[in-house]
Amino acid sequence: MAQFNWRMPRWFHQMGSPKWFYNFGGLLQPWFTLAAFLLLTCGMVWGLAFAPADYQQGNSFRIMYVHVPAAILSQSVFLSMAIAGAIGLIWKMKIAFMVARSCIAIGATFTLIALVTGAIWGKPTWGAYWVWDARLTSTLVLLFLYAGVMALNQAISERQIAGKATAILAIVGTINIPIIKYSVEWWNTLHQSSSFSLTDKPTMPSEMYLPLLLTVLGSYFLFGLVVLTRTRAQILQTQNGASWLMQHKDISGAK
Amino acid sequence: MLMHPKRRKKLLLILGLLAGTSIIVGLVLYSLSQNINLFFSPTDMAQGKAPTGQRIRAGGMVRDGSLERATDSLKVRFVITDFVEDVKVDYTGILPDLFREGQGIVAQGKMNDEGVFVADEVLAKHDENYMPPEVLQALNEAQAASSNTTKTEAQSAKDYPSQEASK
Repeated sequence: MAQFNWRMPRWFHQMGSPKWFYNFGGLLQPWFTLAAFLLLTCGMVWGLAFAPADYQQGNSFRIMYVHVPAAILSQSVFLSMAIAGAIGLIWKMKIAFMVARSCIAIGATFTLIALVTGAIWGKPTWGAYWVWDARLTSTLVLLFLYAGVMALNQAISERQIAGKATAILAIVGTINIPIIKYSVEWWNTLHQSSSFSLTDKPTMPSEMYLPLLLTVLGSYFLFGLVVLTRTRAQILQTQNGASWLMQHKDISGAK
Repeated sequence: MLMHPKRRKKLLLILGLLAGTSIIVGLVLYSLSQNINLFFSPTDMAQGKAPTGQRIRAGGMVRDGSLERATDSLKVRFVITDFVEDVKVDYTGILPDLFREGQGIVAQGKMNDEGVFVADEVLAKHDENYMPPEVLQALNEAQAASSNTTKTEAQSAKDYPSQEASK
């Protein structure tokens, strides 16, 4: 084991510097805003208004353009949070804990949206708002996990300790992600299989699939934007009085 | 910059933690798999895997041409199948919009003495394939032109993989 000579790239360590992250994040932020706005607007308008109706479900299938991105992001955000937490634990990077903390609220929001839109979609198609099948139950567990992570993070006032505690809960909680993902294949469920995959070909024609792709990508940019904004805000709070910040154009007002 | 031994140790510790909890959760889920499955397939019921005299859920495809509606009430009778075994289902009430022959459904109820499943709730299952009605029409026309085999049933079986997956 001692022979491992894993070398982390330079940018990885740069990311750990509050000044560097603040500046780099500031550069990315407007582009993320633009991308999220354009992709989500185009995808939503296209999907909700112009895409053809489904042969079986009619127009009710359109809620997919909200439901699927929210569900995908609810899992991606949790995974990102756990990875950021693990980086924080291993390399003792404060920035990583801040990133993990920034993920909590947006991830919980996506999960809630996925659950609510799923229930609204379930009533006209399945005939029930809620069924205790494996997919739905594991997603509800994900929402509870987010609530637990959030509560733990808020309960400890010392940031470093809070970061460590949340990271461990997030890492253990990632077990739920493959369970959610494969629940529809491992067990009999009412929920249909995934219609969105990186490897398989889409389960719908492109005039239905492309708007979905746009909304999913847009949601990723929205997530990125929220994380950048919130992490930069945390940097401002914790670096209060640091000399690089006092001389920064955002603070001193000098152009 | 090399990875510090302390960090490497921590990384391995985290991976170990993850592997350990995965194994525990995996075992728990494996032992609970009968309870996690939302419904029993007709094959499960024929093999006696489903508890009798209890409220359970049964799931399968509504067999083509099996739906009988009573003329004076909301009572319906149909057969669900996983293309190996069949189960007769009785239900009184309003069926979901997506209920139709060849469609997957999940029914909750009890097996009666005559081997008929008396359901008090019927949910429709739909698959992950979406298409505009024109595409379906074009598909059907192409299908009708090429052959007149009962392709719908073969297609339905493919779209309903949970039965094979549970074996």
